[in-house]
Amino acid sequence: MSAIDFSTTIGNSWFPAPTFTASGCASSGRELAQFFALKDIGGVVTKSVMTKARLGRPTPRMAETPSGMLNSIGLQGPGIDAFLEKDVPYLLEQRARVIVSIAGETIEEYSTLARKIRSVPGISAVEVNISCPNLENRGLVFACDPDASRRVIDGVRRTLGGELPIIAKLSPDVTDLVSISRGVIDAGADALALINTVLGMVIDLDTGRPHLAGKTGGLSGPAIRPIAVRAIYQVHQALPKIPIIGMGGVATGKDALEMIYAGASGVAIGTANFSNPTSIISIQNELKDLLSAKSFNSLRAAIGYAHRSDNNENNEDDENNG
Amino acid sequence: MPLINKSARAMIAGVVSNKRVGQYHQLLLNIGDLAERCKPGNFVAIKVGGPDSKMILRRAFAISRISTTGATGGNMELIIAPFGQGSSWLCSQEEGAQIDLIAPLGSAFGIPTEPVQVLLIGGGYGSAPLFGLAQVLYDRGCRVDMLLGASTASKIYAPMEGKRAVNSLRIYTEDGTMGQLGKVTDPIGELIKDLNVGVIYSCGPMGMLSAISSILEGTDVIHQCSVEESMACGIGICMTCVLPVHNPDGSISMLRSCIDGPVMDGATVAWSLVGKNLAASK
Repeated sequence: MSAIDFSTTIGNSWFPAPTFTASGCASSGRELAQFFALKDIGGVVTKSVMTKARLGRPTPRMAETPSGMLNSIGLQGPGIDAFLEKDVPYLLEQRARVIVSIAGETIEEYSTLARKIRSVPGISAVEVNISCPNLENRGLVFACDPDASRRVIDGVRRTLGGELPIIAKLSPDVTDLVSISRGVIDAGADALALINTVLGMVIDLDTGRPHLAGKTGGLSGPAIRPIAVRAIYQVHQALPKIPIIGMGGVATGKDALEMIYAGASGVAIGTANFSNPTSIISIQNELKDLLSAKSFNSLRAAIGYAHRSDNNENNEDDENNG
Repeated sequence: MPLINKSARAMIAGVVSNKRVGQYHQLLLNIGDLAERCKPGNFVAIKVGGPDSKMILRRAFAISRISTTGATGGNMELIIAPFGQGSSWLCSQEEGAQIDLIAPLGSAFGIPTEPVQVLLIGGGYGSAPLFGLAQVLYDRGCRVDMLLGASTASKIYAPMEGKRAVNSLRIYTEDGTMGQLGKVTDPIGELIKDLNVGVIYSCGPMGMLSAISSILEGTDVIHQCSVEESMACGIGICMTCVLPVHNPDGSISMLRSCIDGPVMDGATVAWSLVGKNLAASK
């Protein structure tokens, strides 16, 4: 059997494999490099970085839930300057493809981050994590406010110029994900990361209070996968030409293929890294085998496969068997 | 920057034996030549619940003792309290069961280059890794004294074979059902003077570690403590197991107890800030 074309493109960036680390689930890559070569995966999406160093929230920051976990870290991180000085050069030295994830508390902060990134060569794309509270609008999360979402992306696009692809990472905790997706694409995003964690809470019955110090936390892991698949499916249906990086509980090659079928051009692996540091390698091997077994000759041919109409089913099969 | 967890490897290990000891289980796992890489203080992250489990996170356990001389190569001993769903599953695994683990993880106890007087303090089953450590310190020529404490007798873990390397062992229970009535921290102030203690090694609940650190304030006794914060990954990527630690310049960092620990310098941990909101102080 001939090798299948496993590559994918996000905007004008090319990746040899459609597998990425999910931001916030691989720190800055160094820790996972002890378990596999970072260049062997599609790309490393770094933990969302802000302008200043942050200590994050107090502990407890984590609670395990059925087939998932809640986290409330509060974007602990080194700040953009230390990050660009120490972490990005390391990743580029490992020949990893680097997607830098940024987060801000104001629209201006996102633009400031974009300005700093613009001057750094070698970065493949910028992920804009807009699931952060907007300090200028009573702490309402940007991603839940169509207008604020658009304005963040517009600011980042203006600052970056036209070259570097922008991936907007969206929250599923909204009424109309499609219209928010459309808004950020119109504002200059090239691609979407779907989905961020789902807001949840666990109450400790011994203390009778929320278990996490931050009270609410982001739910991740296989528990949220159907929500992610639905989100990807709906957005791909409305915006079929827009690349989507699918994420939310991907733990096996089958999970990855499900998201590809729903319309994702790639998948990001998050919580699965916690239980198995080499899961991203097994997932990409399994995905490749599955695509072959299902007679796809490229990853591209499988993207959005769940949307095919009954009429061209035969044609597609012919094509895939070729 | 040093490599993180450079000795760590994922493997499937067979259960050699599983014995009940008081309220705990002593689990022996065959880990082959991985045993040579494990040092006292390191921990292991174990997948629990079988392949279709809804428990997706590994459980972290201190490595209690290591032997490299078994017929099948190296073995790892764990002392496990079956209090949660994951640890109960592990305690139910019988001889021959296959366990998915990653080890060795995290920092190890620092061993003095010269023979000094050391005091080992364990709370509950936190005593488990101290017996392996005691042997290493004894071999280094250190005089090793040990204090163990728990709420009640059945929660004291003190195996006969572990005591060989220990010069003296005192046990404290809060209900007086074993050893002396009281807390394990009660005699520390006096002992460090009487014995001229150079280093204290501790492992147990955070309250105990914090109390030892307060007692040692103003002394030059080094306090190496093995901390415990709930962790999702054990390899430094999830950022859930952080502890506030004083930097030399007076600022605070949130360090990961999985890769900057579990063994930390008790004097640098900002015990009073654990669980406190620090956003305003930055």
